[in-house]
Amino acid sequence: MTTQEMIFQYCLRMGDTHNVLSHRMGEWCTNGHILEEDIAMTNIALDHIGAARAWLMYGAEIEGKGRTEDDLAYHRDERDYVNMLLVELPNGNFADTIARNFMFDAFSLLYYSELANSSDSTLAGIAGKVIKEAKYHLKHSSNWMLRLGDGTEESHQKMQTAINEVWRFTGNMFEMDELDQALADAGIAVDAAKIKDAWMTTVESAVAKATLTLPENNYMLTGSKEGIHTEALGHMLAEMQSLARAYPDAKW
Amino acid sequence: MSVDNNQGELWEVFIQSKNNLPYKHVGSVHATDKEMALQNARDLYTRRGEGRGIWVVPSQYIVASDPEDDASNFDPSEDKIYRHPTFYVMPEGSKNI
Repeated sequence: MTTQEMIFQYCLRMGDTHNVLSHRMGEWCTNGHILEEDIAMTNIALDHIGAARAWLMYGAEIEGKGRTEDDLAYHRDERDYVNMLLVELPNGNFADTIARNFMFDAFSLLYYSELANSSDSTLAGIAGKVIKEAKYHLKHSSNWMLRLGDGTEESHQKMQTAINEVWRFTGNMFEMDELDQALADAGIAVDAAKIKDAWMTTVESAVAKATLTLPENNYMLTGSKEGIHTEALGHMLAEMQSLARAYPDAKW
Repeated sequence: MSVDNNQGELWEVFIQSKNNLPYKHVGSVHATDKEMALQNARDLYTRRGEGRGIWVVPSQYIVASDPEDDASNFDPSEDKIYRHPTFYVMPEGSKNI
């Protein structure tokens, strides 16, 4: 595989991850528990769609086959999607969403802080933009985790259950296959395994502050880089891609 | 507004559009604590680049004049046009006075 082909694949992994999370946050639109939170969550959805667009645009350019970011987002099937497993998890209740997003946001901030030093100036540029958004996302999710964890008995229980549920999907974020390693060694991408300790420190401290605990079970699910997903992704993509596939030439 | 309605307290939001300009009241948000109030204000009122600074204040701490007192509060200034700075020439280049 050439470096260009590897970067293309890398762009898909990152772009798909943001795109899927964006869609999940978009699903909260009109379903937030108060107007303010509804807007907060759709704002976050828009941040992620912006990041997805940047990644997929660059991927399309690198691929050089005339595809656009829309082609990549809406005309690839579930098995071609290479997003992190964590972000495809259904929204569940509000605590489930917060737990999922918190784990990702903590990762995202650390990851993009490293990616900002990429030897690829486009990727460094994407990182510079996303860092600011990730900081805010992490503040949003960790504050809510604190309120719910250290809230009522019911909110604490729901938050704890949510943490337990998402935990086995977190290891996938730090997996490094040959492609990741090659790009990291070339100074283009980030060695995710190297930020795991810092991530664990962030997570442990925020979880403890919220009077919650991390599960002791460290069995982690894998497969996203080969397009193996949970059953949730197919349903989500069917909805997300339906308009673009029914009306391929649809314009605003 | 009480916490019992599950939306939290009401907070008034003030936005500064540029550095050094005064903060202006833009509306209100619901929130259960000051951090949430600030974040909600940020999400609701600065999403189109309107602000560089945000103040949030619990609405209960806003002291408002009574409309019934309008006459005694505001009418006496109506015949004192000499209080307007229109008798001066504005220094060239000065803004936001």
